[in-house]
Amino acid sequence: MARILTYEDKDTWIHRLSGVTKLVFFLLWTMTSMLSYDTRVLSAMMVGSLVIYKMSKTEWRQVGTVLKFILFFLVINLIAIFLFSPYEGVGIYGSRSDLFHLFGDYWVTKEQLFYELNVMMKYVTIVPAVFMFVVTTNPSEFAASLNRIGISYNIGYSVAIALRYIPDVQDDFSKIRNAQEARGIEMSGKASFFSRIKNTAAIIFPLIFTSMDRIDVVSSAMELRGFGKHKKRTWYMGRKLEKADYITLAVTVLLSALFLFITFRDGSRFYNPFAG
Amino acid sequence: MTPVIEFKNYTFKYRAQKEPTLRDINLAIYPGEKVLIVGPSGSGKSTIAHCINGLVPFSYAGESSGTLRVKGEDPAKLGIFGMSKIAGTVLQDTNGQFIGLTVAEDIAFALENDLVPQDEMFDRVSQVADVVEVASLLGHAPWELSGGQKQRVSMAGVMVDDVEILLFDEPLANLDPATGKRAIDLIDKISRDKKTTVIIIEHRLEDVLYRDVDRIVVVGEGRIVADEKPDVLLTGNVLREQGIREPLYVTALKHAGCVLAAESRPQHIETMQLDPYKEQMKQWFREVGYEKAQKADRTVLSVKDLYFSYVEGSPVLQHIHFDIRKGEMVSIVGKNGAGKSTLAGIICGFLQPARGTLLLNGEDISGMSIKERGEKIGLVMQSPGQMISKPMIYDEVALGLTVRGVPEEETRERVYRALKICGLYPFRNWPVSALSYGQKKRVTIASILVMDPEIIILDEPTAGQDYRHYTEIMEFLKEINEKYGITILMITHDMHLMLEYTDRAIVISDGHLLADDTPAKVLTDEVIADKAYLKKTSLYDLAVKCGIGSPSEFVERFIHFERESGEGRGSHGEDIDL
Repeated sequence: MARILTYEDKDTWIHRLSGVTKLVFFLLWTMTSMLSYDTRVLSAMMVGSLVIYKMSKTEWRQVGTVLKFILFFLVINLIAIFLFSPYEGVGIYGSRSDLFHLFGDYWVTKEQLFYELNVMMKYVTIVPAVFMFVVTTNPSEFAASLNRIGISYNIGYSVAIALRYIPDVQDDFSKIRNAQEARGIEMSGKASFFSRIKNTAAIIFPLIFTSMDRIDVVSSAMELRGFGKHKKRTWYMGRKLEKADYITLAVTVLLSALFLFITFRDGSRFYNPFAG
Repeated sequence: MTPVIEFKNYTFKYRAQKEPTLRDINLAIYPGEKVLIVGPSGSGKSTIAHCINGLVPFSYAGESSGTLRVKGEDPAKLGIFGMSKIAGTVLQDTNGQFIGLTVAEDIAFALENDLVPQDEMFDRVSQVADVVEVASLLGHAPWELSGGQKQRVSMAGVMVDDVEILLFDEPLANLDPATGKRAIDLIDKISRDKKTTVIIIEHRLEDVLYRDVDRIVVVGEGRIVADEKPDVLLTGNVLREQGIREPLYVTALKHAGCVLAAESRPQHIETMQLDPYKEQMKQWFREVGYEKAQKADRTVLSVKDLYFSYVEGSPVLQHIHFDIRKGEMVSIVGKNGAGKSTLAGIICGFLQPARGTLLLNGEDISGMSIKERGEKIGLVMQSPGQMISKPMIYDEVALGLTVRGVPEEETRERVYRALKICGLYPFRNWPVSALSYGQKKRVTIASILVMDPEIIILDEPTAGQDYRHYTEIMEFLKEINEKYGITILMITHDMHLMLEYTDRAIVISDGHLLADDTPAKVLTDEVIADKAYLKKTSLYDLAVKCGIGSPSEFVERFIHFERESGEGRGSHGEDIDL
């Protein structure tokens, strides 16, 4: 079965890093690029993200569908910003250089284009980082990583359990949908939108009940094997931090600090090429 | 020797129930013993297991009196966690209890919770993986494993704790016969090598007896009604009285009027002393004739040269072809993952074949949508929970008609008729939740019948059901088949079902049609049975050992005799509540 956005085992230095390292990198990298509107910083980060993405040997089939979806949202987002706030850039950079007139009150300005360029760069920085994290981190190790950075193992394990049972629930879903379709509950494009929504109930309820049964079994099975006995637990798939991890962590922290320093040095998180 | 498990005058009542589920239980199990606990659903046999592993009273609250000691401790004081160090439980649902994302993690789960350091975990997991023969699968995800493999992983997951007692809750429920045999073999090996005390709760008695057990405990209505060595128990009538199926060869011997003696060791047909019974058996075979039932010759469904694959180049089904005649009851059998469900999916139109045609009454149905096919060919899923979506019985059964816009008047008429056929008419205004499992199953069948289909396909209609409920469901299906001429196809790996209730078996093995013949012939053919992961019926061995020339004819006559006499059956059409 083809699964998108799932872990695949490949031999790259990124795959070999511990899940904790990648999680920390991912969080700091994303946070920094969200905070910063400094174009110089964003370009550096964007290049960094793309290089790392390339190094992770991620293939188009692993992320293609999702990427298209995200690009679609990026376009919608950029258009929406312009429609709702055409002079956002003017406000931010404190100058106005009109390029051409569109309609009504809408003028395309250099400042607005530059501002939206920055927004786009954030996407291009964050998305490869997300992909890299998702497809190179073994989900089993992920729970261990969450636990390592101080999050309760109950939460970490809920994530792992969800990942474990998603394929099962998908399976149930298609079985139930088929059986209900055979009884005449139309879920294809033939039915009107409203009746499709209504018909969803015929699938959702059996799906919920089947899933409840599953939960019952899982929780008994977990309890019978001592889950929740101690405040802590060890992890079979946990990975010790190695030299490469420490180096990566150090570099990540230093870079983030540097980028944030550059961004906020002049008291504004925007880099202003229009000034003076 | 002191018993490792000891119930003394033990009574237990679930909080939600009026009557105690266990009454005055006295049972001692000694270290290293292998004990089989049998009993119908609701007899309390699972409750006994829950008392031992601590789920009672911690997960299922209630009141108890009398004493229970497991390794000298009281489970009610030690708690589930404490008990998990002493008694390991393997649940019935092999997929559901698979917690880890990979085999290794699942096995290590108990160790992780016990704060065992990682290096030690690696060692212990690999050791126990060797014992249950899953060492090569450590990195695999659950969906890459077969049911039998998942069960081995579950065993490893509890054995990794070095438990002294292994508790198996219906280990055979979801396995095909050959895989079940392997599981019993493995359990036997573990109990002998590790001197572990083993308790098996199961109603497939004959399959468990594939390997020796020390004792069989029969539970009925919360009491222990027998606690005997297998050889002794099989000679008596306790099993039949409790609605538990005896091994088929034992039933056949009893039909022939043989009085079994424990000395002839009836526990295994292979080693049983049959000399005293041979002549009687032969005579019975000569006397009990039968007439072949005549079925209509009109072909209702015809599958021609069918090919299917999910991924190009790795076919799931190849060159499948068979005809189903009007009013037949046919079983589709084969090992787990052989392509049985895929075949059903193609017939119902959920999947599109790569090649081949399906003819319904001579007409090609490849152009029909799922919905259109659903009016001619109904599918009943394995568990009622997978189908029921309305709170009220009437609405659930009417659903197929309502969405097709059938007038209310007609809908009511047809629903009432379907409910009457299914014996549910008195409950027509009840909520579904008030029904027993068997009754819910009937609701799902009624909801298909209401559309007047020509064929009903049932996916594992009796999986996980004890003999009584099995009989109830199957007798009901037989009735609608005989009275209303509805053609029935059943996907199953229950040999008894196929033997007793179907006229024909279509055997699928690794995507190929392996056989299309009477069940008696299929189950007496060693080559077919082996390839399809079926199990040769013990009646075959009985016939051969008694020197009866034609074993398949013997099986045929036995089934006919059973059908005629209706012996060993529950009462017809009557509702049995859990």
